[in-house]
Amino acid sequence: MSSVNTESGKPGCHKDTDNNAQHHNHEHGSDPHVHVDSAAHQELIIEGAGCASCVGKIESALKAVPGVENAEMNFAQRTVSVIGNAAASDLLKAVEKAGYNAKLAAAENEDDALAEKEKADQAYYKRLMKETWIALSLGGPLMAYALITGEVNVNTTTERIAWLVVGILTFGVLYFSGKHFFVGAWKSFLNHSANMDTLIALGTGTAWLYSMVVVFFPDAVPDQARHVYFEATAIIIGLIDLGLALELKARGRTSEAIKRLIGLQAKTARVIRDDKELDIAIEQVLLNDVVRVRPGEKIPVDGEVIEGHTAIDESMLTGEPMPVEKATGDTVAAGTINKSGSILFKATRVGKDTALAQIINMVKRAQNSKPPIGRLADVISAYFVPVVMIIAVASALTWLNFGPEPAVAFAIVSATTVLIIACPCALGLATPMSVMVGVGKAAEAGVLIRNGEALQTASKISAMILDKTGTITLGAPKVTDVLVAGEHDEQAVLRLAATLESGSEHPLAMAIVESAQERGIEMGKVSNFNAIAGHGVQAEVDGKTLLFGNEKLMRERTIGLGDFVEKAQALAAEAKTPMYFAVDNKLAAIIAVADPIKEDSIAAIKRLQHNGIRVVMLTGDNRATAKAVAEKAGIKEFFAEVLPEEKSKKVQELQMEGEVVGMTGDGINDAPALAIANVGFAIGTGTDVAIESADITLMRGSLHGLADAIAVSKATLRNIKQNLFGAFIYNVAGVPFAAGVLYPFLGLLLNPVIAGAAMAFSSLTVVTNANRLRLFKAQEH
Amino acid sequence: MLLINIAGLALIALIVWWFWFYKPKEAELGESDLVITVENGTYSPSRIKVPTGEPVEIKFIRKDQSPCSETLLIPELQISDTLPLNKLKTIQLPALAAGEYAFHCQMQMYRGQITVK
Repeated sequence: MSSVNTESGKPGCHKDTDNNAQHHNHEHGSDPHVHVDSAAHQELIIEGAGCASCVGKIESALKAVPGVENAEMNFAQRTVSVIGNAAASDLLKAVEKAGYNAKLAAAENEDDALAEKEKADQAYYKRLMKETWIALSLGGPLMAYALITGEVNVNTTTERIAWLVVGILTFGVLYFSGKHFFVGAWKSFLNHSANMDTLIALGTGTAWLYSMVVVFFPDAVPDQARHVYFEATAIIIGLIDLGLALELKARGRTSEAIKRLIGLQAKTARVIRDDKELDIAIEQVLLNDVVRVRPGEKIPVDGEVIEGHTAIDESMLTGEPMPVEKATGDTVAAGTINKSGSILFKATRVGKDTALAQIINMVKRAQNSKPPIGRLADVISAYFVPVVMIIAVASALTWLNFGPEPAVAFAIVSATTVLIIACPCALGLATPMSVMVGVGKAAEAGVLIRNGEALQTASKISAMILDKTGTITLGAPKVTDVLVAGEHDEQAVLRLAATLESGSEHPLAMAIVESAQERGIEMGKVSNFNAIAGHGVQAEVDGKTLLFGNEKLMRERTIGLGDFVEKAQALAAEAKTPMYFAVDNKLAAIIAVADPIKEDSIAAIKRLQHNGIRVVMLTGDNRATAKAVAEKAGIKEFFAEVLPEEKSKKVQELQMEGEVVGMTGDGINDAPALAIANVGFAIGTGTDVAIESADITLMRGSLHGLADAIAVSKATLRNIKQNLFGAFIYNVAGVPFAAGVLYPFLGLLLNPVIAGAAMAFSSLTVVTNANRLRLFKAQEH
Repeated sequence: MLLINIAGLALIALIVWWFWFYKPKEAELGESDLVITVENGTYSPSRIKVPTGEPVEIKFIRKDQSPCSETLLIPELQISDTLPLNKLKTIQLPALAAGEYAFHCQMQMYRGQITVK
């Protein structure tokens, strides 16, 4: 009913092959299967289309919308694929006009999908538990009987009849509780593949068949070998079903982080359309809709505030605990919580485009990706099952040829035990389960890890390069010192200086204006403003002549500086930019401006160094400023006066020294360096995350995110190694033991029931160990 | 005993041939619609052929409740996605160079192959 589509005019295809190819090429290596350009291809879900004749009507209605190049409906799925650059709202209106209801398929409700999945998992769990009880309620008593009486031999006719009944009951267990193993095994066999089902079906099938041979033809086997293994068959099936059920429960917990993210999404939004306020499902919110959010409510989609001001709790996305003030012009992000005021905002990103939806998508993808460490396990799992089957046959042959009597029984037991104990699942689960929990844990701390490879490499970082501006520092200059001369008052000086600079767009000037505004200083009026190139500015305020600039400007105007020259030099040595301010040709103050170090940068850098990471600072600033900032931040090594295009060279230099280099930048001019580093970290500013730009994105500006990311990676890698080690050892030790290598030395042969229990719980152990990662806490020192 | 040994060795040879050397037929992506069904521990069809140099879409439907079958990975294309239960899921492939691309579940128990020709 649906298809593998090529580009030749089938539902869901694209006409613009070139664009599409580019699009895919661009995305290759990151995300080849997710459509970003939703404008070119939109999918609508149609409701109320009852007959095939509706198809033509809907298609032609959509084709009539300006911008639509093609519209094709898949009647079976009730979806229409629309190609062209038409607004979604126009498409929906056109369908409604034609007499049907439509919604955008792109905005599939994750919440519902999750609920559905949980329901399905719950049903599956119940079924597995029922199967477990059926199998164990036969297997348990049988095993107790066998252990107590030791009578599982078939010698007399009565015994034959009794065991025949048990054999039939066991067949019932195989049918009710183990059918899925047999069907799965058979289907994969037809497909020339083999999996866990194959091993279980072969193991339990062999045990049951052998037992039935003993029941029907006891004379065909030697006296001592007339054992039946019905109890083993039933118990193994029961235990493996139990293992699967418990594993299913444990798996549910591994995806807690993603559930929490999905849970952040609001279900409805209050939009204002045609002067009316409507409560609608968030899937129906369109671009440019005006949305109202009251205190305590969730922000439903991304947008820009157009009225009101409030404080918004963004901690769930960024890990930043303090609410962020928002006023007209500020952006708000879906999933965050409006704390204090009521606001109106314009929707700028909806559906799958919101930062939250992208974060969810990225975390999901990363959770399913594999770090290189898992590759060996992958190669092994690919050959595992047939190899185990071969070992089982070889082991049976060895027992038959060289084993003591009853050789047949030994051969059957060893072959069955080998098949049952081998567990490809533990091996296969080892890596993905830990990655799932680790990536989710990182996301909770505001650290987005692109994929498994980034996760693994981050755990090995030996040197971390930090860009100065915007990474270690705030990236916005601020007034740090106002040193007044004589009788001048600081507030008054700042007022005059800010008034003077209010017309200028120079970053240093803006820092002074901002500082005055922060102190609630009202500005005056400027006249005769004059910029003196390379020196400073001059103007009149309140009838006073003001002069603001460097030492040279002051000297030219013969203004006495006194000991302020030394004070200015001292400020410069602290990486500040001092400027002289004169009122009516007399020095009034020195105002120093600097890009301050973020509050927690020093502590975070210490944390990195404490973990043995060589921290190096990189900046385009001059040596003196660089040195001062580095010293203050506690960094011993720095590169100063580095041009943006040279940043990547510095990364390579460290790599040549044998370091595994992490590069941290704000992602704007650092892209080449981020790309060339072993792991590129982009520092996001709030929820406006540059998701596509780096291996790891820190959603909050704090450098603690770096230490957190590295700590999570290390913990995850350690967890993966434990899992892989456990799974390898389990199989490497378990399979030969089951085959009976210890028998010649110690007379030990494994009981198939114990093998079944070990197998059932080995994968559960892996999942449980991965779940331990949930308790991981990044420590801020 | 000789017979048993010969039978055993033949069985081993058969396992090697059946699971490793035998190449089953690939399902062609021709005019007919094609959905890969995930059921009973397998992808069916498990081997599909797609043309080179064209982006294509492959549809999956998962009828298997086992959590293993939920994740679909195509490692060489860095694709990983979740297959919902009993719902069609379209996976879009970029234009590919000729070659073989494996797809499988997280644990590689469900395995399939896309041959690009």
